[in-house]
Amino acid sequence: MSAVLETLGLGKRFGGIVATDNVSFRLERGARHALIGPNGAGKTTFVNLLTGVLPPSSGRVLLAGEDITRLKPEARVRRGLVRTFQINQLFADLTPLETLSIAVDERLGQGADWRRRVGAHADVPREVAAVAERFGLSDVLDARTDTLPYGKQRLLEIAVAFACAPQVLLLDEPAAGVPESERRGILEAIAALPSEVAVLLIEHDMDLVFHFATRISVLVDGALFAEGDPATIAADPKVRAVYLGEGGHG
Amino acid sequence: MSANASLVRRARWRWPEALVWVIAFGLLFLPPGKHLLLNEIAILALFALSLDLILGYAGIISLGHAAFFGLGAYAAGLMCKHVTPDPLAGLVVATLLAAMMGLLTSLLVLRGSDLTRLMVTLGVALVLHEIANALSRWTGGADGLQGMVVGPLLGRFDFDLYGRTAYAYSLTALFILFLAARRIVHSLFGLSLMAIRRNRLRAAALGVPVNRRLVAVYALSAAYAGAAGALLAQTTAYVSLEVLEFGRSADVLLALIIGGAGWLYGGLAGAVIFKVLQDTLSAGAPQFWMFWMGLFLVVLALVGRDRLFRLVRR
Amino acid sequence: MATILFDGVAYGMLLFVLACGLAVTLGLMNFVNLAHGAFAMAGGYVVVILMDRWGVPFLACLPAAFIVAAMLGLLLERTLYRHMYSRTHLDQVLFSIGLVFIAVAATDYFLGSSQRNITLPSWLQGRKEILGVNVGIYRSFIIVLCGALALGLQLGLMRTRFGSRLRAAVDDARVARGLGIPVGKVFAVTFAVGSGLAGLGGALGTELLGIDPQFPLRFMIYFLIVVAVGGTSGIMGPFLASLLLGVADVAGKYYLSSALGGFVIYVVLIAVLVFRPHGLFARSR
Repeated sequence: MSAVLETLGLGKRFGGIVATDNVSFRLERGARHALIGPNGAGKTTFVNLLTGVLPPSSGRVLLAGEDITRLKPEARVRRGLVRTFQINQLFADLTPLETLSIAVDERLGQGADWRRRVGAHADVPREVAAVAERFGLSDVLDARTDTLPYGKQRLLEIAVAFACAPQVLLLDEPAAGVPESERRGILEAIAALPSEVAVLLIEHDMDLVFHFATRISVLVDGALFAEGDPATIAADPKVRAVYLGEGGHG
Repeated sequence: MSANASLVRRARWRWPEALVWVIAFGLLFLPPGKHLLLNEIAILALFALSLDLILGYAGIISLGHAAFFGLGAYAAGLMCKHVTPDPLAGLVVATLLAAMMGLLTSLLVLRGSDLTRLMVTLGVALVLHEIANALSRWTGGADGLQGMVVGPLLGRFDFDLYGRTAYAYSLTALFILFLAARRIVHSLFGLSLMAIRRNRLRAAALGVPVNRRLVAVYALSAAYAGAAGALLAQTTAYVSLEVLEFGRSADVLLALIIGGAGWLYGGLAGAVIFKVLQDTLSAGAPQFWMFWMGLFLVVLALVGRDRLFRLVRR
Repeated sequence: MATILFDGVAYGMLLFVLACGLAVTLGLMNFVNLAHGAFAMAGGYVVVILMDRWGVPFLACLPAAFIVAAMLGLLLERTLYRHMYSRTHLDQVLFSIGLVFIAVAATDYFLGSSQRNITLPSWLQGRKEILGVNVGIYRSFIIVLCGALALGLQLGLMRTRFGSRLRAAVDDARVARGLGIPVGKVFAVTFAVGSGLAGLGGALGTELLGIDPQFPLRFMIYFLIVVAVGGTSGIMGPFLASLLLGVADVAGKYYLSSALGGFVIYVVLIAVLVFRPHGLFARSR
């Protein structure tokens, strides 16, 4: 198998604090991979390094074998490295239709088109409609995003990322804060993601992790602490120690 | 295709819009007397529209938008004196020069926070002001650029004393540029700007090249401001240092805020209200105008722009 | 040459006292207050009115200018400003421009638009030769007084309980509140002192800069430069920036034409903002 996303000795320090410590990590093509770790383990910083929001202090990031360490976030998105946000960052007063259109426009390289009216090009609405269908958003496309139930907003978050045609999809706590009644829809949507898309799930919720992932990496104090299939990780006494707070360093 | 239809809806013309323009052009047939004021309104409206493109649609605060206005004004003035008296040629050159200036300075403006942006935009305008002051051989310095003899519009229509031609000229320019702006903000490009204004990080995560879009809209806005400046120079046949002063940047910001930023008619409505009030209030004493303006701003800021405009629009 | 340097330092010291209040509100509290110059103007007019109308001696006018501007600052902070701290920068800009307009219009209406000046007491007038440098006595007075104020402020901010409370409140208002620091009061007092100092600066500057209703607009950019170039970590940055600006302004206007002098200052401002957005003297982060 070949890695679609790879980091080599990735590090980030803020002044004297090491937030990411020499992480070399591989995400295989079409993987269902989860990244877990206790609070403050540096998961958010790691995601920000992957997506280009923060520049690393050391190391490199490769996407499909190409060095993308110096690329801006939007350039990474166009190459298929896409993320969702843990806290809702949707455009509250735009409609799902508009939000999805932006993603599709940029992917088709039409975002700079200032002559053509929004919607004048048939490809975009067609694709938007297909994505909406897939995530069960067809009936709310014209509503203001902030009027949608929270579960629908989380679905839109994933749908928007999907509309960017990812090779790699980083899902940052996709089900956080969603009421139990709407949770199923999200889990189903995640399960139904096409198998060629590599998914990295950043999660706290162990049920979801063990339900979804075929491989798990554990991040502790900014460093890669353990990695393996779910059964190995679940059985690993060091990991258990970290999660039970028994202060295992090894 | 229902998705398509609803995306187009935002951009569709409605009859009140058409009415606005019918009235604006209808005012041309008023008996002479008010056309000089109307001309000023049209120019301020264009200037405010230009500021709206960056403030309302891209979220860039500027305290120095007069830089482009002034550049356009001087460019048009110098064109007229030294190259050709034809107003349209001057207008085009001034607009292009201002756009280039916008392109250059956008690199400075895109960095940093709101706060540095405020200062950099203010600084750029001040630098131009000092340059214009220092090059008094060309600009006339503090005395202003005098001796402009503007040729007839399209070779046929002379600029008259009552400002009717001037108003027709400025209004037409405003209308054409307004149509272009309307097209642009409802385009795919405009949609991506909406995303950037709301949340840059999120927009980037959708694949929107944030900086490139901002550079483009900043240059566009600068071009509009330059056109407004050129119109003022040509219709008054005079350019003074005042075109680059802070007061001019503040005025256009106020006009836009009065009308409401982030919708195309905000600048137009603001320009009308601003000029009419200024005309009425400063007739007694100029201090009154300033005082009421100040009070309005303070109240507006305290109450909150959103809340106030929601009340008015209802 | 030395005289120009001396005049520049005096001017810079004056700018510091005028602008240091803004360095705290804008630099530390991150509040865009374009109306800072209005408090300086208030101080200037207090001196003009007291001396002209009532013949109050100059030295007695200075504390009066401080107190009037500080009270004005306190009043406005409690009634208006404090509602604006959490607003967007655009709202803060509009609000403070509005205040400037009101101040300019009201001053113009009640006190007239012409520039006012004062006659200094005779013991402050004239020039003296000191160590071969021809120095103005009044400028020396300004340097000594403002230098002492700068030192006092630095000590006050770093050494006193109030200073540490202010730094805590600025750092994180929520945490500070949790520690029992009355954040609102700390801000109010800080604002009042900053306004008072501006008033004092306006009073001291009346003779050098002249005072008229346009004063807040004329000097707005200078105040902003001091803060932008000086950076936001403490008041030593703004102090050095003031000196630099003062010397550059005086020297630029002397050696170059007055227009080019201004040009140089603004270009430097832009360069600093672009390359050192946290200020020239800010510690690197």
